[in-house]
Amino acid sequence: MSILVNKDTKVIVQGFTGSEGTFHAEQCLAYGTKIVGGVTPNKGGETHLGKPVFNTVKDAVAATGATVSMVFVPPAFVADAVMEAADAGIELAVIITEGAPVRDMQMAKAYATKKNMKTIGPNCPGIITAEECKIGIMPGNIFKKGNVGLISKSGTLTYEGANQVCKEGFGISTAVGIGGDPIIGLSYKQLLPLFEADPETEAIVMIGEIGGDLEIQAAAFIKENITKPVVAFIAGQTAPKGKRMGHAGAIVSGGAGTAKEKMDALEAAGVKVVVSPADIGKAVKEVLSK
Amino acid sequence: MNIHEYQAKQIFAKYGVPTPRGIIANTPEEAVANAKELGGNIWVVKAQIHAGGRGLGGGVKLARSLDEVASLADEILGMTLVTHQTGPEGKLVQKVYIEEGADIKDELYLGVVLDRAKEMPVIMASTEGGMAIEDVAHDTPEKIIKVAVDPAIGFQGFHGRELVFGLGITDKGEQAKLISFASKLFKVYMENDAEMIEINPLIKTGSGDFLALDGKMGFDDSALYRHADIEAMRDISEEDADEREAGEYGLSYVSLDGEIGCMVNGAGLAMGTMDTINYMGGTPANFLDVGGKANAQTVAKGFEIILKNPNVKAIFVNIFGGIVRCDRIANGILEATKMVDVHVPVIVRLDGTNAAEAAEILRNANIANVIAATDLADGAAKAVKAAKGEN
Repeated sequence: MSILVNKDTKVIVQGFTGSEGTFHAEQCLAYGTKIVGGVTPNKGGETHLGKPVFNTVKDAVAATGATVSMVFVPPAFVADAVMEAADAGIELAVIITEGAPVRDMQMAKAYATKKNMKTIGPNCPGIITAEECKIGIMPGNIFKKGNVGLISKSGTLTYEGANQVCKEGFGISTAVGIGGDPIIGLSYKQLLPLFEADPETEAIVMIGEIGGDLEIQAAAFIKENITKPVVAFIAGQTAPKGKRMGHAGAIVSGGAGTAKEKMDALEAAGVKVVVSPADIGKAVKEVLSK
Repeated sequence: MNIHEYQAKQIFAKYGVPTPRGIIANTPEEAVANAKELGGNIWVVKAQIHAGGRGLGGGVKLARSLDEVASLADEILGMTLVTHQTGPEGKLVQKVYIEEGADIKDELYLGVVLDRAKEMPVIMASTEGGMAIEDVAHDTPEKIIKVAVDPAIGFQGFHGRELVFGLGITDKGEQAKLISFASKLFKVYMENDAEMIEINPLIKTGSGDFLALDGKMGFDDSALYRHADIEAMRDISEEDADEREAGEYGLSYVSLDGEIGCMVNGAGLAMGTMDTINYMGGTPANFLDVGGKANAQTVAKGFEIILKNPNVKAIFVNIFGGIVRCDRIANGILEATKMVDVHVPVIVRLDGTNAAEAAEILRNANIANVIAATDLADGAAKAVKAAKGEN
């Protein structure tokens, strides 16, 4: 078991024939992901990486039965691509592209919600169900199959966390990089119940950062609804206020969205909060051996 | 990206958002000429820097004669203005905005920002104009009216009514004026991909008109590619030179006041590295994300920028190689140390794909200053020790 994606998930790639799309689609195929085709306008009918290329998402869905799209199109076209996927009946769009305008994402997400399409990202490493299905840009080799679910705003902290968990002798069920933009798709609050319901997942690692209040919402949700142990790290305890730390959404503005308030809220919800990401693995071991 | 007050007001004017009339000046002579052109007998001389609190810092003054315009412009131009937002080093004033005096009856606050939880813009208004809105939000949150506007439907009449009734405006003429003001301001926000607009204060004049007495705007950097007119308003003298230079090389850099330079791939891990250094008793000198495609050139540039800071006593390179293989990064670090004179200890932690090969490369290179670390905790501990001179 796992959440959202598994070895049978049929995936198409939007922006399939571009350099990023090609490189990462190839890696995903090598990992075993069932990529059934891709979309690049005006290249319909061609074959790329041994898979069919379509002009539109509608054509791709009709021909392949794909339910998930991995989006690699350039920032200016992300909203269009995501709305096209939603319109074509795709169930989940994983948006890897970095630098999509916030206004575009507001519109795209509102439309996706209306069409019942889930989104992950943008500006994220994607989602991986260990040893089954990788939809994104993470290094597949560090994710060993196991019983820990992982949700993270940061790409490299996802790898850091997963690596530590595996080094401690555990493994990952599914890891989701949700992205650090001001507007993102699935967040902790939507993913936590999926892990709670997944029989394979026994503990959850949640990696957050400064800015916004998604972690605070998650804390309230955990308190009421989550029985599995949760380990959390919040990046940016030493970040200065009013400065954007790499991610578009990682900023403490008007004194709100600090690491401290998030850590306090999570702790109060019974979460095992670590001060340094170097302690994620150890903390997972601790909560799982209780 | 942020712009100056006078530039924000130029944008407001284009959309019919009422502001007092004003003209920008670079010299006291221009200031006087502008005052003459504006006419009247009272003017405001306003320092143009990208920071709030200019009035309290002595950067906004009232002139009652042309002579006073000249002397105030002379005083403010070239001054280093320190406000609660500039930091103790302050900001050099290079331009003053000469504005006609306004008849202030009431001071309000009006702003538009993204509400991340609602995922749509929210118009914020308050009767407590002229005060820092953070303070109002903290002390008297009930005095802030928030009206979220779904971009799919745009600014509607009911949004306007919520605003004016929330602010307690009862005069029908004034209601109509303020609703029109807010509606135009929302258009400014949407059409220009603004990240935030703040008017503090928005004034009501004796004749019941509403004017933007101040104007602050920030924009979504990711959308600047479609706003050449706004990009042209960029004032690079207002930006941190090192942060800017780093940006040109695809690096994301923020300087801090500690002693350990950090070079990390990924924003989250970069913050996590700073936090770990702090946790272990050290102090980070910077945030630096070299991005997903670190190579010898970007690493060399990173070293160069980190080492400009004289407080740096050690550098912690913390890379989790994913798609980018660690052995290539190790070679990049070696090349970079040839390109830049790295005179402080460099602690290198490379983990992930091909980490063992990378460790081998670093060991064989045997560079005096380079210390290998096995994981994040080990690297941070070694960096803290090295910064304290305990090798």
